Amino acid sequence: MFSIFRTLWQVAAHMFQRPITVQYPDEKPYLAPRYRGRIILSRDPDGEERCVACYLCAVACPVDCISLQATQDEYGRRYPEFFRINFSRCIYCGYCEDACPTYAIQLTPDMEMSEYRRENMVYEKEHLLISGEGKYHGYNFYRVAGLSIRGKDKGEAINEDPPVDIHSLLP
Amino acid sequence: MATIYIDNKPYEVNPDDNLLQACLSLGFNIPYFCWHPAMGSVGACRQCAVKQFKDENDTKGKIIMACMTPAADGTRISIDDPEAKTFRASVIEWLMLNHPHDCPVCDEGGECHLQDMTVMTGHAYRRTRFRKRTYRNQDLGPFINHEMNRCIQCYRCVRYYRDYAGGRDLNVFSVHDHVYFGRAHDGTLENEFSGNLVEVCPTGVFTDKTLARHYTRKWDLQDAPSICIHCGVGCNTSPRARYGMLRRIVNRFHFDINGYFLCDRGRFGYEFVNSERRIGSIRPSVPQRQVIEDIASVIKNGRKVIGIGSPRASLEANFALRMLVGADRFFSGVRAEESLPVAKVAELLRRSPCPIASVHDIEVSDAVLVLGEDLINTAPRLALAVRQSVRRKSMETAARMNIPAWHDYAVRTLAQDERSPLVIATPYETALDEIASESYRGAPEDLARLGYAIACAIDPQAPRVEGLGREEAELAERIAGILKGANRPAVIFGTGCRNAALIEAGANVALALARTHPDPERVRLALTVPECNSAGLALMEAKDLDAAFEAARSGADAIIVLENDLYRRSAVQQVDEFLRAARTVVLDSLENETTAKAETILPAGTFAESEGTLVNSEGRAQRYFKVMPPRQGVLESWRWLREIAIAAGRLNEDSWRSLDAVIAAIEAELPQFQEISKAAPAASFRIAGQKIPRQLHRYSGRTAMMADITVHEPAPPRDPDSALAFSMEGYQGPPPAGLASFFWAPGWNSYQAVNKYQSEIGGPLRGGPAGSRLGEGKRTDDISYSSRIPEPFRSRDGKVFVVPAFRIFGSEELSMHAPGIAARAEKPFLEVNPSDAEKLGISAEQEVALTFGAVSRSLAIRMNPSLPPGVAALPAGLPESAGIPVPAWARITGR
Repeated sequence: MFSIFRTLWQVAAHMFQRPITVQYPDEKPYLAPRYRGRIILSRDPDGEERCVACYLCAVACPVDCISLQATQDEYGRRYPEFFRINFSRCIYCGYCEDACPTYAIQLTPDMEMSEYRRENMVYEKEHLLISGEGKYHGYNFYRVAGLSIRGKDKGEAINEDPPVDIHSLLP
Repeated sequence: MATIYIDNKPYEVNPDDNLLQACLSLGFNIPYFCWHPAMGSVGACRQCAVKQFKDENDTKGKIIMACMTPAADGTRISIDDPEAKTFRASVIEWLMLNHPHDCPVCDEGGECHLQDMTVMTGHAYRRTRFRKRTYRNQDLGPFINHEMNRCIQCYRCVRYYRDYAGGRDLNVFSVHDHVYFGRAHDGTLENEFSGNLVEVCPTGVFTDKTLARHYTRKWDLQDAPSICIHCGVGCNTSPRARYGMLRRIVNRFHFDINGYFLCDRGRFGYEFVNSERRIGSIRPSVPQRQVIEDIASVIKNGRKVIGIGSPRASLEANFALRMLVGADRFFSGVRAEESLPVAKVAELLRRSPCPIASVHDIEVSDAVLVLGEDLINTAPRLALAVRQSVRRKSMETAARMNIPAWHDYAVRTLAQDERSPLVIATPYETALDEIASESYRGAPEDLARLGYAIACAIDPQAPRVEGLGREEAELAERIAGILKGANRPAVIFGTGCRNAALIEAGANVALALARTHPDPERVRLALTVPECNSAGLALMEAKDLDAAFEAARSGADAIIVLENDLYRRSAVQQVDEFLRAARTVVLDSLENETTAKAETILPAGTFAESEGTLVNSEGRAQRYFKVMPPRQGVLESWRWLREIAIAAGRLNEDSWRSLDAVIAAIEAELPQFQEISKAAPAASFRIAGQKIPRQLHRYSGRTAMMADITVHEPAPPRDPDSALAFSMEGYQGPPPAGLASFFWAPGWNSYQAVNKYQSEIGGPLRGGPAGSRLGEGKRTDDISYSSRIPEPFRSRDGKVFVVPAFRIFGSEELSMHAPGIAARAEKPFLEVNPSDAEKLGISAEQEVALTFGAVSRSLAIRMNPSLPPGVAALPAGLPESAGIPVPAWARITGR
């Protein structure tokens, strides 16, 4: 008997609460920056592609939806010749982001990905590459790696000594 | 056998091994860097530390290096001892102090021994905050990339390059923690085996430059067991492909043949598969059905069709052509001067006075006679084996001093320049002469006479050579003494001089040794042949190209040429006339002069897109498999010929549906090929009901690779011809040796994982033999001496006798389409003796006209004082020398 009145009271009380339904898509919900949505490729602080085409995202991907081909410029800087994500297969698990040693691949809080044609879910590098650094600021892989590239010679990376003079016999 | 105790458990091991080898053979994981199964131990890296105990009561123990300690009976060690583990982790931490932070852009990443060992020891965090040492790199030529920052100073590269391969231009420079491995100056690494540095280096200092142009990680490459097609030795390779493009060649361990090492032609010659000159469709462009019907109609009407086979095509393709045109109209596609010596070799493969040597047999021979072969250029891997054979004596000396053979530095220090005898008798100086104990220069006839004389000096019942000079007679006696005194003598000869008498002479030496040696089973003869399937084609006993020219003159309706550029075989006029005689159909994979003249070209798959059987120079039939399916419109040669045969009514629709059916047909028709089905498991072979995957279990990108073309993810191509699947699914354990193409074991991502596939470290792969020896390479008793001793060589006035000089980079047709190999190929010279040049009034570098009967070529002169007077050497197989039928007499005229 008491429970019936309690239920009636609760229902009546709800009538005076604010509705929580969001009028999506007119009204956008807040998604945290770490939300795992559409994948992007970012650039380093110098504005160059961060991706060094190491293939770690591709191998980490449990649905094998990333494929790429490495190439390098005349100074030996590696970058992807093509970089393709088949979003119709992607499960947004974020393993690629975990695997990425250069913070290049990042998941963003954009989850509005629906198409009438599956072909349109296949994103190439020009669709993925953004012009900023994304979530992780300041990191530049080639500034800490030993490899020389244009504008950064051997021994000029962070925490490196200048190249050894191999003709020197001094201790 | 000795019993050793590892963590208090007894194990049976080989007492000749060191502890590291013994533990790895037992399946234990001990990290190591400087030790290499083919190169022994030097104890440089201090990585393989274990704890040794005096006896069961000793609880304290002491840390020792496993690679420097013999696996003596009763040895007690602990691998898991905490102190030993900490020691190993500290060594890695110390090696990593200066290692650059560049694994993501390092080509070794994913197959890096240093990565594996770092993970194995558990070192995960960098504690040091000091600055890293850096180096400048060198340009080491078209094959090898250099990134010295990654070096961990294990010294494997210089030990391999200098001590094992005999190279001179790579060394270690500078002092203390600044040591530098490289050349004195930038420049191409000169050694012919430099490519092995890629696999020898435990990290990414030396990486494959051809791979870097189209880089893909190990786990993303699709591979299949294959056989090198760039010479007759038949090294086992593992070609790797991605996105329908061949990306690299990796060595595939075969105990008897290539072991751990390949030559640079075999490793870097693969790029011809990706060449722009590949034939991708039927030319002229007509529907496949129509072309096949068209060709078949000629055959069906019972008209005369000439079939030209090829020593670079598989047995199956050659047999299919033989079936299509009939055995009497099937020709071998090589001229007499090449096919006669090869036929002699084939005869020896069938009936030999002593067992035929594998490459490994040569490595353990303690006296070697090389008769008429410039081995480094005609059978490169065999030359590397000869280099190891001269170390037998130092092994014996070391054994007398109780130094184990794996104690590399001690053995080499003890031996100094002491070498086992190596006798080299060739027309000109070869690269191996620097380690030879006796060298002799002579024209091919004189070399053959020397061979006969040696045989006679070993066994007086062998025919005597009349009119031999005193010097030659003494030399023959000396060589005979060397060979007779050896425990495991070996004679190497073959088709390098294209001289049949030389092969008979070599066979006489082998026979004389077999008759006089206390144990004839230990005498060996090794043979060389020009191309990958020369031996197999010779065993088919087809008539030569001259006979085909003859047949065409008497009338023919069509000529079918199988994977053979006839302009490389014979003079232009002859081939022109031949190809004009009838309608020409050519099956080939690359454009060449013959395809340019063909009326119909059928695009054939290369070795990477087809499967087949090749017979190598030791008579071993080996199978290679498709690495990737052929592109649309391209078919394997035997499948083209099958289609034509079906349309012509020679075969019915259901026959030859798979390779195994063709092999069965070969075995039924030609008894000499009885064993070829055993070369590798049949297509019906399954383990636990599953096929063997071509892709590693980490293969990536399956759902994205083709997404730009279609999102519907077509099923992987089926492979009816082998037990391999174009998939990452299938049996995940180690497959049998004939089907193993990649080596991987948990924790072992680098090539060193081969340890886990071997019956013992450095021993044969598990799961039976790979390849089958036709006739088992056994000794036949009822062979008699040959007595066809040639007349001594006499120079002729105004003429020189031109012998072929093969070149590792340049003489082989297909590898010359690889940019790296083409870059290493030298300009062709006609090499002459300075005294001849003086007589002819020509000087070095001068352009001369070389006239062989009707054929004339213009070439530059180079002096070679090692050539005997009256003999000149012409690089064989280069575009400038193609079609010249050497050996032959020629006239030189200055310009």
